[in-house]
Amino acid sequence: MTTCTIAIVGGGTAGLSLATRLCELGIRDVVVLEREPEAGGVPRHCGHYPFGVREYKRLMKGPDYAARNVATARAAGVDIRTGTTVTALHPNARLSLATPEGLTELQAQRVVLCTGVRESSRAQRFLSGQRPLGILSTGALQSMVFLHHKRPFKRPVILGSELVSFSAIMTCGHMGIKPAAMIEENPEIFVRKFMRPFPAIKGIPLHTGVRDLRILGGKTVEAVTFTDASGQARHIDTDGVIVSGRFRPESALLHASHLRVDPATGGPEIDQFGRASDPAYFCTGNLLRPVETSSWCWHEAAETAARLVDDLANPIGDAPQIRLQAADPAIRFALPQRFTRTDRSGGMEHMQIRLNKPASGYLSLTQSDKTLWSDYLGSRPERRIFAPLSPLASTADTATVKVKLL
Amino acid sequence: MHSHFSDPFDVAIIGTGVVGCAMARRFTLDGARVVILEKAADVLDGASKANSAILHTGFDAPPGSLEQACIAAGYREYLDIHESLGLPLLKTGAMVLAWDADQLAQLDGLIAKAHKNGVMDVTLLTREQVLEREPHLADHVMGGFAVPGEYLIDPWASAHAYILQAMANGAELRRDCELLSGSFGNGHWTLETAQGTVQAKQVINCAGLYGDVVDQRLLGHADFQIKPRKGQFVVFDKPASELAQAVILPVPTKTTKGVVLFRTIFGNLAVGPTAEEQQSRTDASTDRDTLQDLRAKGIEMLPELANYEVTTVYAGLRPATEFQDYQISAHADQNYISVSGIRSTGLSAALGIARHVAGLNTSTGFARAPLTNPVCPPPDRLSNYHPRDWQEPNNGGIICHCELVTKREILAALEGPLPPRTLQGLKRRTRVCMGRCQGFYCTGPLSELTAGYLTPPLAEDCQ
Ligand SMILES: Cc1cc2nc3c(=O)[nH]c(=O)nc-3n(C[C@H](O)[C@H](O)[C@H](O)COP(=O)(O)OP(=O)(O)OC[C@H]3O[C@@H](n4cnc5c(N)ncnc54)[C@H](O)[C@@H]3O)c2cc1C
Ligand SMILES: Cc1cc2nc3c(=O)[nH]c(=O)nc-3n(C[C@H](O)[C@H](O)[C@H](O)COP(=O)(O)OP(=O)(O)OC[C@H]3O[C@@H](n4cnc5c(N)ncnc54)[C@H](O)[C@@H]3O)c2cc1C
Repeated sequence: MTTCTIAIVGGGTAGLSLATRLCELGIRDVVVLEREPEAGGVPRHCGHYPFGVREYKRLMKGPDYAARNVATARAAGVDIRTGTTVTALHPNARLSLATPEGLTELQAQRVVLCTGVRESSRAQRFLSGQRPLGILSTGALQSMVFLHHKRPFKRPVILGSELVSFSAIMTCGHMGIKPAAMIEENPEIFVRKFMRPFPAIKGIPLHTGVRDLRILGGKTVEAVTFTDASGQARHIDTDGVIVSGRFRPESALLHASHLRVDPATGGPEIDQFGRASDPAYFCTGNLLRPVETSSWCWHEAAETAARLVDDLANPIGDAPQIRLQAADPAIRFALPQRFTRTDRSGGMEHMQIRLNKPASGYLSLTQSDKTLWSDYLGSRPERRIFAPLSPLASTADTATVKVKLL
Repeated sequence: MHSHFSDPFDVAIIGTGVVGCAMARRFTLDGARVVILEKAADVLDGASKANSAILHTGFDAPPGSLEQACIAAGYREYLDIHESLGLPLLKTGAMVLAWDADQLAQLDGLIAKAHKNGVMDVTLLTREQVLEREPHLADHVMGGFAVPGEYLIDPWASAHAYILQAMANGAELRRDCELLSGSFGNGHWTLETAQGTVQAKQVINCAGLYGDVVDQRLLGHADFQIKPRKGQFVVFDKPASELAQAVILPVPTKTTKGVVLFRTIFGNLAVGPTAEEQQSRTDASTDRDTLQDLRAKGIEMLPELANYEVTTVYAGLRPATEFQDYQISAHADQNYISVSGIRSTGLSAALGIARHVAGLNTSTGFARAPLTNPVCPPPDRLSNYHPRDWQEPNNGGIICHCELVTKREILAALEGPLPPRTLQGLKRRTRVCMGRCQGFYCTGPLSELTAGYLTPPLAEDCQ
């Protein structure tokens, strides 16, 4: 068994940013374990703008940004091991690895999980219909187009209307693929207002509020059928379906481990320092929740570096914790899920909250019927929402804090 | 080389579902020169592509039925040969559970039936004993009984191994080779197929969902009608498999064995199947409402399932008929045996069915004596409960991260003796794209690795 100071699982945006910053802060023996043949993560196959504006003060495409993150990490002294899959997490920062040379273990002082997010599959959405060839996530399409120069279809429909669904349109454009329609089951399109005319500009018919969606096809996709918002039955001939968005953290490792998972985010339960339920494990990047931008993950990971350095020098250990619970059907998730009562500073200052549907009211943090904080909120599911964690520092009670919308 | 006009095969088997595959093995081992005609591009493209993968003891089959006899014989033979064929076996046992007083009242009768079927080790369990064995079950369970001999197997690897063993010992497989018509004369059949004429002394119809169609094409009539019955499933994430050790069976109704909770040999936990009669012999669509129902049924029995994500969903079609029992009939005057209506137990019974049919065989003598030392194909290595290639060095790297499928495994499948010709076929042989991400991470690399091997291809090259 080999050893290192910090083992980082996943060499995407977050893992590389974190590793670089750790080296800059003077930590030695920082190892990034990446299962793909190349590090860089999801941006490797996002062959479009805008990446890197805040990080490098330059407008970059995803692959260039990923390469820049890798080069910066290498220059800082990070040991990046590609083709290395972490296959199991054990208590006290011990990892099982599958490497090109065979199976091995790695003992670290701290492990940081940075395994990112992916889109949920057609099966996970219980989409009705047949299962022919040609049903892909945006990520798989991007990988085919940008990393392998392949074209899986010519006239697909896009299911979903999140930001990534717009990336799908751009990815199609790159290969001369012409989407036949964009289809959303929700009554409204899922991006900020200024982006909404985009499908129309690209000449792609948009259908929102559709019901009874079905995929038809024998060997390959032949059509999708649905009932549109006006109640009319629709049939669109197509040769592919891009099943986009509805992100879920890539948490296979986590689910099979001793660490606690938050069913709401699908990611790990963490405290304000990013520590998982085993304090030898930290987590950052999009593994925490669905979903943030690359830039957000880059900065979030860099902030995590300082917390790790602090914890290595002076472990926080098992201090008492307050449970933070999203107790409202309108709230999709809230994170961190735990607040550790300690006088140590440097943790996250805000909770990150997302809604299930457009909602308004008073967002509040309550503990045993006592309101610790509240503020007016009118928001939508695609927006970031924050609530301050500082009111928790001043309560002596360790009872659960409920996040509610009243 | 065997298709020389004046040199008919001993046996032509129509169809490569699990039954046809087992049949090809049996007759080859018995010394016959066998040709197998399959209309699809790959084997296992019909009913056998999707089932619950339970190796049944036959404890609940109708006593005295042909089905019961074939299951019992098939079960015994699987246990005998699985090691030499490198096939996995997960000895989970099963429990039949009663969730209401009505069902509770039926348990004694079911146990008596099991005993009649020669399955002697079933034992009644109190509610407490059930919950002690399966602590994650919902506590409104009322009681049940254990069937220790119900096991889990790999539904595809087993059938692949049967036909690979047949092929390794001289049988000839023709895919994309639909049987269209035929005539019997001078002691042999002349069969017209999508790939020309084939002659054989004996025909065995193992066409599953098309059993009646093939009888009509060759005999001019069928004594039964295939009534496809669809079964949908929801498969949960691997960690959910810790929630149930045994296969959880309901008290069956007249028409179906009911919704089962079962682990898979690949390490998941699944719930299903439904039983839905339909016209189409090919449409294995899944439906959102049905899947949601199934998920809810699973959660009703195993409440913690609510916390686990779904990995995938699928559906299979049972080749049911208007009759309850298998429809196996020999037409001695025409050297023809129809092996049809192998409805919902064919995976378990296949080897037994093949033995039964070998006993019915009317043709006199095969080209060879029974093989004394038949060749075994290389073993299957896909079970989650057995060693896998990713644990070995020099495997070329892991391509499918969810199911830990290596490049070496994929290339071995693509270039092996029974190469898949479709992505579906590659999935059955390697498990690529079958995990929780359903191809999010590996479809890109796969589109490159499989280029030139699959029709239709995953994507067109735009270099
Ligand atoms: C399809 C898609 C498109 C996106 N498009 C954009 C966009 O256009 N703009 C934007 O800002 N954001 C986009 N995002 C959000 C994206 O998640 C972030 O940009 C960023 O990549 C998140 O960084 P991360 O490090 O958390 O995860 P990732 O970049 O996903 O990195 C995770 C890494 O962990 C590795 N890994 C996982 N498990 C293991 C294991 N067991 N062992 C070893 N390594 C492992 C993976 O191979 C991967 O390299 C997109 C996301 C997806 C899924
Ligand atoms: C939902 C479900 C759950 C089940 N669970 C279990 C279980 O747990 N345990 C168990 O033991 N069994 C189970 N079964 C039953 C089992 O799957 C079937 O009994 C078995 O697959 C039937 O196989 P078959 O070979 O008879 O038919 P098929 O698999 O349909 O094979 C017939 C083959 O013939 C080919 N064919 C058809 N027409 C022609 C033609 N004209 N020319 C050439 N080829 C032709 C087809 O392409 C096909 O490949 C289940 C079935 C279902 C649907």
